[in-house]
Amino acid sequence: MDDIDRHIINSLQEGFPVCDRPYQGVAFKLGLTESELIDRIQILLDNGTLTRFGPLYNAELMGGAFTLAAVSAPQDQFERIAGIINAFPEVAHNYARDHRLNMWFVIATETPAQIQHTLMAIEQQTGLAVYNMPKINEYFVGLKLEA
Amino acid sequence: MIVDGWDQKLLEAIQQGLPISPRPYARLGDLLGLSENEVIERLDRLKQIGLIKRMGVIVKHRSLGYLANAMIVWDIPDHQVQEVGRQISEFEFVNLCYRRPRSGQDWPYNLYCMIHGKNRESVLKKFNFLEQCCQTQSFPREILFSVRCFKQRGAIYYHSDQELADG
Repeated sequence: MDDIDRHIINSLQEGFPVCDRPYQGVAFKLGLTESELIDRIQILLDNGTLTRFGPLYNAELMGGAFTLAAVSAPQDQFERIAGIINAFPEVAHNYARDHRLNMWFVIATETPAQIQHTLMAIEQQTGLAVYNMPKINEYFVGLKLEA
Repeated sequence: MIVDGWDQKLLEAIQQGLPISPRPYARLGDLLGLSENEVIERLDRLKQIGLIKRMGVIVKHRSLGYLANAMIVWDIPDHQVQEVGRQISEFEFVNLCYRRPRSGQDWPYNLYCMIHGKNRESVLKKFNFLEQCCQTQSFPREILFSVRCFKQRGAIYYHSDQELADG
């Protein structure tokens, strides 16, 4: 990745136009040709620097339900518990964190009732108390990382 | 919500990504049987009603060298949490900021934010700066660094039957 790639990533994190020649417009601002920009985006996608290039949806407006949950997994059972939780298709992300509550995961389902159902199933299968921390308010939605 | 069958097809077609070619919206139109103009008008509308927050890229933190990520939690009095949440979210390096319910005595925290950094030191530096600016030092709080990412499913939000999958 070079400086041009960094400029491209920083610019595209701010948005991408919806018009007939969007790459041309973005390329012009970055001092590139349309085909240079297209080639570079394709490479950044192919080599995994970018996960996705497209729309960022408002997940709640799309009709889904989400929550953040955590468990305190005993060290000697950590891998087994992680395996159980990760096997749930409703679990979208799962991170180990250095805290007594050492496993933090996001559950995403189509309906709120399915969230409750999944939480109960995880409690049953792991034998652990699951802390449920659904969002009450969101103060920020953007995600911009300086490349 | 005012989304018709064409919108659904369009949302489904772009969820894996926009075509990387000079006229991406014409290409989408070809796939769906819509004109380029219709695709552009529909996407504009979907942005206006907020269903699409924006078009752009999703970046992998790790590939940009952002190896450390911390979840910071505070216990802020209920009458102040809204104001503090707004302040915290103003900082460019704060990626997400949420109010969540407290979970009993051993987890009294009600405000969460995420800070990414190239390493732990840089995250802590940002955190200290944030605390000074927002004067949150006196509130109980904890920093939870991630030590491992087990699962990070690709974002699939939409199928034509309005099924939803990811967060």
